[in-house]
Amino acid sequence: MANIISDETIDYVGILAKLELSEEEKEQAKKDMGSMLDYIDKLGELDTEGVEPMSHVFPVKNVFREDVVTNGDIREEILKNAPGEKDGMFVVPRTFE
Amino acid sequence: MAKQYETVIGLEVHVELATKTKIFCGCSTAFGGDPNTHTCPVCTGMPGSLPVLNKQVLEYAVAVGLATNCTITQYCKFDRKNYFYPDNPQNYQISQLYLPICRNGKVEIETEKGKKFVGIHEIHMEEDAGKLIHDEWDDVSLVDYNRSGVPLIEIVSEPDMRSAEEVIAYLEKLRMIIQYLGASDCKLQEGSMRADVNLSIREVGAEEFGTRTEMKNLNSFKAIARAIEGETERQIDLLESGEKVVQETRRWDDNKGESYAMRSKEDAQDYRYFPDPDLVPIVIDDAFLDGIRAKQPEFREEKMARYKEEFDIPEYDIEIITGSKHMADIFEATVALGSQPKKVSNWLMVETLRLLKEKNMDPEDIRFSPENLAKLIGLTDAKAINSSVAKEVFEVMFDQDVDPEKYVEEKGLKTVNDEGALRRTVEEVIANNPQSVEDYRNGKEKAIGFLVGQTMKAMKGKADPGMVNQLLKEFL
Amino acid sequence: MSILDMTAVELAAAIKNKEVTVTEATEAVLAQIEASESKYHCYVTVDKEGALKQAAEVQNKIDSGELTGPLAGVPVAIKDNMCTEGLLTTCSSKILYNFVPTFSSEAVLNLQKAGAVILGKTNMDEFAMGSTTETSAFGVTKNPWNPEHVPGGSSGGSAAAVAANECFYALGSDTGGSIRQPASFCGVVGLKPTYGTVSRYGLIAYGSSLDQIGPLCKDVTDCATIMEVIASHDTKDSTSVERNDTDFTSALVDDVKGMRIGIPRDYFGEGLDPEVKDAVLKAAQVLKDKGAIVEEFDLSLVAYAIPTYYTIAAAEASSNLERFDGIKYGYRTEEYEGLHNMYKKSRSEGFGAEVKRRIMLGSFVLSSGYYDAYYLKALRVKALIKKAFDEAFAKYDVILGPVAPTTAPKLGESLSDPIKMYLGDIYTISINLAGLPGLSIPCGVDADGLPIGLQLIGDCFNEKKLIQTAYAYEKERGAFGRKEDK
Repeated sequence: MANIISDETIDYVGILAKLELSEEEKEQAKKDMGSMLDYIDKLGELDTEGVEPMSHVFPVKNVFREDVVTNGDIREEILKNAPGEKDGMFVVPRTFE
Repeated sequence: MAKQYETVIGLEVHVELATKTKIFCGCSTAFGGDPNTHTCPVCTGMPGSLPVLNKQVLEYAVAVGLATNCTITQYCKFDRKNYFYPDNPQNYQISQLYLPICRNGKVEIETEKGKKFVGIHEIHMEEDAGKLIHDEWDDVSLVDYNRSGVPLIEIVSEPDMRSAEEVIAYLEKLRMIIQYLGASDCKLQEGSMRADVNLSIREVGAEEFGTRTEMKNLNSFKAIARAIEGETERQIDLLESGEKVVQETRRWDDNKGESYAMRSKEDAQDYRYFPDPDLVPIVIDDAFLDGIRAKQPEFREEKMARYKEEFDIPEYDIEIITGSKHMADIFEATVALGSQPKKVSNWLMVETLRLLKEKNMDPEDIRFSPENLAKLIGLTDAKAINSSVAKEVFEVMFDQDVDPEKYVEEKGLKTVNDEGALRRTVEEVIANNPQSVEDYRNGKEKAIGFLVGQTMKAMKGKADPGMVNQLLKEFL
Repeated sequence: MSILDMTAVELAAAIKNKEVTVTEATEAVLAQIEASESKYHCYVTVDKEGALKQAAEVQNKIDSGELTGPLAGVPVAIKDNMCTEGLLTTCSSKILYNFVPTFSSEAVLNLQKAGAVILGKTNMDEFAMGSTTETSAFGVTKNPWNPEHVPGGSSGGSAAAVAANECFYALGSDTGGSIRQPASFCGVVGLKPTYGTVSRYGLIAYGSSLDQIGPLCKDVTDCATIMEVIASHDTKDSTSVERNDTDFTSALVDDVKGMRIGIPRDYFGEGLDPEVKDAVLKAAQVLKDKGAIVEEFDLSLVAYAIPTYYTIAAAEASSNLERFDGIKYGYRTEEYEGLHNMYKKSRSEGFGAEVKRRIMLGSFVLSSGYYDAYYLKALRVKALIKKAFDEAFAKYDVILGPVAPTTAPKLGESLSDPIKMYLGDIYTISINLAGLPGLSIPCGVDADGLPIGLQLIGDCFNEKKLIQTAYAYEKERGAFGRKEDK
C-alpha cells in the first residue's frame, strides 16, 4: 500500500467533514482511504498535460433569473422539519462566546 | 535607535447589492421582515433545492468592475466554499475563487499626501449568510435566514495602503463609485458595506511583507481608524519584544478598543473550494460588456467638472453635493424643474446638512422630492412665505416629504401681503415701544431689529421681514 | 390478462377504455405490495391512503376528459431521494428519518400532471451510495428473481418493485449506474437520460454533475412513454437543457437496418462473467441479423473511469451532504456539548458507514494541498474520457455492452471490500462522467435463473437511437419476465 493515512489526517478530515469516528472506525477509515487513494493514484499513469479540467460536461452557459420577487412568506413550511424552533427561528447551540 | 516601521494594509470590502431579490432565488432582499419570512427552500438549504443566478447581480458586479478599471473575466464560474456554521444553511457558501468576475483594477485616491492608486486584486460575487441571535433565556442561538442569499460582491484590494487615512479615502472612493452606479447604498453602520482589514508591518525600506492579520467587525470609519492604529501598535510591540505575528483572523471590539483572535480548533480554515456543479459557467461577450458600459452613469469627477461649467455655485458646495449621488440627483432634478441652482444648493448645504447631522442620517436617506423642494423655493421666490416660515416648512418636508404648497395653505402660513393690516401693526409696535423708537432715532441702528421682531411676532411670523423693515423706516 | 401483468401503457389504455378503473388498478397493486413486501422490502414508505385518494381524483379527471395522456391513472413508485410534498423522504438514511418535504421534485410533478398515482417511496442505498441497496438504513431489499440475492443499486427498491409487480413503473436516479445496474439485476428496462434532460430540482443530490433521474419499467414502450413525461426544461435547475426532441415514442420503430453499433473490446475483458458475455454477444448478433452494422472497437480509458468517478462523486457528495447538520431538518443527536459536538455527533450517528467513507474521501481530495493532485486530475481525465466517447460516436450510433460484469450477487457478499464493489460499476460509470444516455434491457438469464442486462449507450441527446435499438431487440427477444412465485 503506497498511501499510508495517519491518525492526524483522519482527525483533520474529521474536523473538515464534521464526523467523529470511534477508534475502530478510524482504523477502518485509514485502511479504506489508503486503498482508495492507491486506486485513484492510477490516474497518475495518464498524461493530462495541457488538458483542461472539465467541470461541466456540456457547454450550457448563462442561465439566469430575472430580478423579480417570486417567493412569499412560507416560514411555517421552512420551519416544519426543524429539530428545534423558537420565535420563528431555528434553534442551535449557542454560537456566541 | 528605535526601528522605523510602516503599516501595510489591504482591504476586503463586502458590498450588499441593491437587487430586489436574492442572488440564487426569488426571495425578497427587503429589510425588516419577521425572521425567516423572506426564505424559501433554496436560501435555507433544503434538500433537493437548486440555485439559479440573478442576472442583475452579474450586471452590477460587471458595472462595478468596469468603474474600477478591472479586467472582466469573460469565462467565469462559481465555486463552493465549504465550512460549517449555522448562519450558512448549506454549510457551503457559493462564492468565486478560481475565476472571479473582475480582476486587476485600480482606483485613484487623494489624501493630504497627494494622489495615489490603490490596486484591486479581484472582485467576486457571493451570497450573504443568515443572522444569528443570542437567546439569553434559553442560552441558545437562533437562526434567521432572511439575509441568507442576499447578493454580495467582495472587492479585494492589493496591499497598497499605508495609513488609516488612505484606507478611508479608498473606502470613500469605492462607496462613491458604487452609489453612483446604484449598485448599493453602501452603509457601513447598517452592514451593506463591510470592510475587513488585512494588516502587516515591516521596517521602512523592507521589500518583504510581514505576516498579516485579518481584522473583522469594523462598523464605522472611526472603528476602522482605531483598529488600524491598535493593530499596528500590537504588531510593533510583538516584534519589538522578539515575538512573532501570527497569521490569524481577529475580531475588533470597538468599545474596548482592542481585538482578540477568533481561533478554534474546529476552525481548520481549509475551505475545499471547487466549482459548483449546480451552476453553469458565465460567458460574457463584448455585446454584454458594451451594454453595461453604455449604462454607466456620470461619475463624481465628471459631474463635478460639469457643475463647475454649468452652475454658478461655490466649489465647496459642488464637492458636498456630488459627495452623495442621491443629493446630486435631487439637486439636478430640482434645478431641472426651474429652480435657481444657487438657491437649491443653499437648501442642501445649509438646512439639509443641518438636519442630517441632527438626526444622524446619511445623505442617501434624504426622502423629500425635488418637486417639493422646487415648490418651496417657488413659494419663497414669490414672497408667499418668508424665510423663517420656509425653514419651518422645510423641516416638515424633510421628515414627511409634504407638499409645501398644500402645507402652507392648510396651516395658513402665507405671508400677509395686506399692507393696511401691516401698517396698523407697525403703528401699534411703534406706539408700544417708545424706548426703542427713541434709541433708533438717536442713531442706534440695531434698535430697528427689535422692532422688526416685535412686528413679526404680532403678525405670527407671516409677514415679509423686508417689507416690515421698509415700513418701519418709513414711519420712523 | 391480469391487471398486474399489464405494462404501464397497457394499463393506461385499459383505464381509458373503461376496462379497469384507476382505483381497481391501485387496489390491485396495493394488494400485491401487501402480499410480497415482507419478502422483498422494496419500499421505505407505502402511502396506501394517499394512493387511493389520488386514484379517485385521477379517475375523475380522466372521466372529465382533463387527463388523456398515455400514463393517466397508472400507479408509480418513486425512489426515496426525490422530494415528495407531504410524504416522508429519507434517502434511506437515519439522518433524514423524519424529513417531510414541503415541495415535490420536478420529475414527480411532471408525473402527477400526467395522472400518475404515487404509491410510495422505494428503498435505496443510503444517499444513492452503493450498488446493492444494502447500505439502506431501513433494511435491505431482496431480488424478486431470487430473494437470496441483491436487487442491485442504488435504485434497488425501484427495480425490485417493478420486477415484483409492486408498481407499474418507477423512477430511479443514476449517478454511476444506479438505474441501469439494478434494472439489469432485476430483469427490467432502465434508462439513464442525457445529463440535463430530466430536472434535478427536488432530487436530493449525491454527485450533482452526474445525477440524472430516469425510468425503471417493464418494456421499451413504457420507457419511451415515461421519458416523454418526465423530460422537461426546468428554469429552477440551471443545468437543465432545453431540448425540442423529446418525442421519444417516435423512436419505437422495429428497424435497425444500417444502425452502426460498436462493441468496445475493453468491455469484454477480464472480470466479465462468461454467461453475461455470451448473452450480450448473442443480443448483438440478433441486432446484426436485423440489419445493424456491428463491429468491435477500442474505447480506451475504461480502467480509469472508476478512480475518476469516485474522486469526483465523493468530492461533490462531501459538499452536498454538508447541509445535513441537525439544524434545519432531520436527525439531531440527543446529547451534545456545544455546536461542533452537535454537528459531529448528529452526522456520525445519522450517516451510515459507506456514506461516511465517501464523505471522508471527498473532503480529503478537496483539502488544501490535494485539490490539484486528485480533484483537478480527475476532471482532466474526465475530459479525456469524454473525448474518447466523442471519437467513438463519430463512428457509431450506439455502443453495446454488458451493464455489469456479473448477475446479482448474493446478499452480504459485496460490502466488505469497497474496491471490489466499485469495480462492479466499471461499464456504467463512464457514461455518467461523459453525461451520455444509457439504457439497460434484459437479454437473458444465467444458469441460476438470474437476469442479465444488455447496455446500449448513445451520444448525448441520442436517447432515440437507444430506444429504437432496444425496441427492435425487444421485438425479436419476445416477452421477458419472472416466473410468478405463487
